[in-house]
Amino acid sequence: MDRKYIGKRVVRNEDPRLLTGQAQFVDDVQFPGMLHAAFLRSEYAHARVLKVDVSKAREYPGVVAVFTAEDMGRDWFPGPPLVSPPPTVKDVIFHSRRQVPLVKDKVRHAGEAVAVVIAESRYIAEDAAEQIEVEYEPLEVVLDLEKALAADSPRVHDDLESNLAAQLFQKKGDYEAARKEAEVVIKRRIVIERGAAAAMENRGIVAQWDAKGRHLTVWDTTQAPIPIRNGLAARLGLSESQVRVIAPFIGGGFGPKIMMFYPEEMLIPWVAMKLNRPVKWIEDRRENFYATTQERGQVHDVEIALDRDGRILGIKDDFIHDTGAYDPYGLTIPINTQCHVMGGYDIKNFSSEFRVAFTNRIIATPVRGAGRPQGIFVIERMLDLAARELGMDAAEIRRRNLIQPHAFPYQHEIVDQAFAPLVLDSGNYPAVLDKALEMIGYEKFVKEEQPRLRKEGKYVGIAVAPFIETTGIGPYEGARVTVETSGRVNVATGIGTQGQGHFTSFAQVVAEQIGIKVSDVRVTTGDTSEFHWGTGTFASRGAVVAGNAVHAASSIVRGKILKLASKVLGAPEAELELEDGQVRIADIPQKSVSLGELAALANPLRGAVEPGTEPGLESTAYFGPQYGATAFGTHAMIVETDPETMMVKIRRYVVAEDCGTVLNPLILEGQIHGGVSMGLGNSYYEKLHYDENGQLLNASFADYLLVSSTEMPRIEVGHLETPSPLNELGTKGVGEAGAIPVPALFAQAVQNALHDRDFEILEMPLSPNGLFELLNKETE
Amino acid sequence: MKPAPFEYYAPATMDEALALLAEHGYEAKALAGGQSLIPMMNFRLVQPSVLVDLNNIGGLAHITPGADGSLRIGALTRHNQVETSAVAEQYAPLIHFAMQKIAYPAVRTRGTFGGSLAHADPSAELPALCTALNGRFRLVSGRGERWVSADEFFISLFTTALEPDELLAEAEIPAMPPRSGWSLMETARRPHDFALMGVAAVVALDEQGRCADARIVFLSAGEKPMSAQKAAEALRGQSPSAEAIRAAAESAAANEIDPADDIHGTAKFRRHLANVLCRRALEQAFQRAAGKK
Repeated sequence: MDRKYIGKRVVRNEDPRLLTGQAQFVDDVQFPGMLHAAFLRSEYAHARVLKVDVSKAREYPGVVAVFTAEDMGRDWFPGPPLVSPPPTVKDVIFHSRRQVPLVKDKVRHAGEAVAVVIAESRYIAEDAAEQIEVEYEPLEVVLDLEKALAADSPRVHDDLESNLAAQLFQKKGDYEAARKEAEVVIKRRIVIERGAAAAMENRGIVAQWDAKGRHLTVWDTTQAPIPIRNGLAARLGLSESQVRVIAPFIGGGFGPKIMMFYPEEMLIPWVAMKLNRPVKWIEDRRENFYATTQERGQVHDVEIALDRDGRILGIKDDFIHDTGAYDPYGLTIPINTQCHVMGGYDIKNFSSEFRVAFTNRIIATPVRGAGRPQGIFVIERMLDLAARELGMDAAEIRRRNLIQPHAFPYQHEIVDQAFAPLVLDSGNYPAVLDKALEMIGYEKFVKEEQPRLRKEGKYVGIAVAPFIETTGIGPYEGARVTVETSGRVNVATGIGTQGQGHFTSFAQVVAEQIGIKVSDVRVTTGDTSEFHWGTGTFASRGAVVAGNAVHAASSIVRGKILKLASKVLGAPEAELELEDGQVRIADIPQKSVSLGELAALANPLRGAVEPGTEPGLESTAYFGPQYGATAFGTHAMIVETDPETMMVKIRRYVVAEDCGTVLNPLILEGQIHGGVSMGLGNSYYEKLHYDENGQLLNASFADYLLVSSTEMPRIEVGHLETPSPLNELGTKGVGEAGAIPVPALFAQAVQNALHDRDFEILEMPLSPNGLFELLNKETE
Repeated sequence: MKPAPFEYYAPATMDEALALLAEHGYEAKALAGGQSLIPMMNFRLVQPSVLVDLNNIGGLAHITPGADGSLRIGALTRHNQVETSAVAEQYAPLIHFAMQKIAYPAVRTRGTFGGSLAHADPSAELPALCTALNGRFRLVSGRGERWVSADEFFISLFTTALEPDELLAEAEIPAMPPRSGWSLMETARRPHDFALMGVAAVVALDEQGRCADARIVFLSAGEKPMSAQKAAEALRGQSPSAEAIRAAAESAAANEIDPADDIHGTAKFRRHLANVLCRRALEQAFQRAAGKK
């Protein structure tokens, strides 16, 4: 289709405001008389709370109130279940244990909030929090995933028989039978550790209660303002129309900002109502490490069976997933992992059981990738080991196993995070693999350059990793599109925006239908007073689900415009064209009417209208997909390692990506760049170090090593487009894609660079020290 | 992450600053660039009740060459002033080179030469480099002033010879003798991080091309800049062969440092790095001394 606005490198509508400091973030919200909150957080990871004495803090000058769990009375109850019920798979076990506003009986992770101090300034609130005396009885901590599930482990939740939070078995075909046919069977244990999402902006909440108007307004860095509004109304005994939640400009979400409800999210609005004063809480970076959700911790026992040609006959992957102290987010992460172990490969036999363990770590909820990088790491590592065993090229073994273009829709025969069957809707996987190989010059590098570099004593390696990303799941999103009498178009949708460029990509979708400049489309996201149906921004679904809702509403508005213009201009609709904010008769361009004039005519101030007429050029529409659209990509890279210092330098980084219809390549590439940087963090830099007491040892950016500009390679991105048949725009999500294959790719590249060393990378993240230990294992 | 309450003074003269330090003693902290002190205060790791801001005092930021080839650097000279100074490059090329390894540009714009020395973080570059270059520091107080050599100044972790009423006013880096060479080798997780291990080597050759003098000082290798005096002594009088260099590096890494385990690296890995980096540093320093690089 010939498109005028969609697919173009349109610069972002929102950037002038963001770059000149004119965009409103939660911390920009100021009110006279506003109070500030600071939390007293547990220094223990697991302890009974015997006594909380806040008397000194209450007397501290400038303190307005101090609250503990006891002080909340009947308003103290856990957060709502976020993702439930668990899937309708046979024999699933799921024990729901949800986070609480303030700790009452016992602390389950270091950093859990015990009390909140409300004061005239944040400084005073922090000073007073130091005056609170808490008597703890420390308990043995639960950290190791296998030990957590042992019968004699101390329990995170005393009322459960064990730390087993959930258990789920899924299979396809018959793995045991396939194994018997196999020429090669490889079994390994793979360990993946936690990282942080580390958004540039931490969390924050401002709540303002209007006692006379009986109305609560909350500014929240949430990815899901509508569920927060509905949940707050229910918690606080208000009607939904009495609560407005605004998710303004947000400096990155990456998943944790959709954890609902955080303790602070439950508390701050409650306190604002209680004290009848505006209250602000801005999470600081240390709190972000201790109180914002994290992800990735898993231990896999995986076995792969192949024939002598390198074709996968089956995979068996049993793993334990660390959910931390509570499991409000259900089974999303481990199910994603399970689904991505099969990846984009044609695997006939699969068997996987996961167990979810409660531990004394911070709650795990999805972080960009959400279980997918672990699954891809597992399958790609096993393919690398198989290729080595079979003496086969890394790219070749992958090519032989990829799902072929004629096989779509392809059934993986297990259920995914949306509890729908995992069906891969469309794609041309081998073409994407070939594109990545061509971009990086794979064959020439392997045949010519690498042998030459090795002769020079340089340890330079290449890697290629294909991956799928399940995206764009339901249930639905909606949008309202309105042509205003100014001729500009207003769009509102319920999802939140944390940097994804929705203000531009949705405007492009509207412009395509209505024929106006992208900069003349004003998009509002994340304000429940503007639009109050929908779920939120997660699972790489904004462009797919909300994007198609915007498209649907725009199409209806286009119809209304044509119908009215046809009357005004006295020409059949088929002869009209929409361009530059005007409707013209195609052959007589001087006969035209502007969108603004039409909008005024559609909303007359006097006179009669035809019965049944709706006013204005406006429509609200919804989109919910049958199931999620699955994107595909392949990353390739060349690294140089120094086998003496263990330092790794990326020489080239290539991404070939097929996420269906591209709305805006600039935005898409930005998503990929950001994703790759997180993926590199998960590969070599970003690891949360918990000590044996469950204390986080690197809760600051001095010791938690984010990938910075000095580590980022230049990324070359190539696009292929296989439109998804599941939605009219043909879009598939891409928000998490960049992060997914990177650890698998990184491990492969380092192994390939150090080709003459006998070692196996079976852990992530790696580090120079970790690599040193792997390379020196045999001498120990 | 807000600091505990403190009193703030911003004296305009050195005398006033010294009087405040004398009055408040251990309760007071001097504020220069604030690149270490302020984060530590925000974490409440340090809670000084008095902060004496030195930034309004004139004359503390200067880069002054001496007639004898030495260089004096004022305590409040910002890292980026040294980094962009042709005088520093000419008179103290090792110091000048090291500037690009200190954190990242934002920190170097604010952080000061004297602040880094007085803070005495054993992972920082400047304490190790001043030790390797036989630098000395002028310490002033209401009681007068004294010069202390870098070797004597750094006592242990964040601990120096400074008395609570004293300020470090300037550093002096002596000229290197003819046929000298230097090197700084570091391995850091990211270029702007504290090094996992680092080593500065400063050598001089005699007229026969033998090692006349060597100084080897490690950073991130113990409680203070770790000077490998025995390894350096063993090189003296020797031809700087690959073998001699390898032996010196191995001996220094094995016997003259005391690295600790932390989350970024075990002591074992750090010793391994010390060996590798020391060898590379000595090779480069001797090559420079021989005019090869």
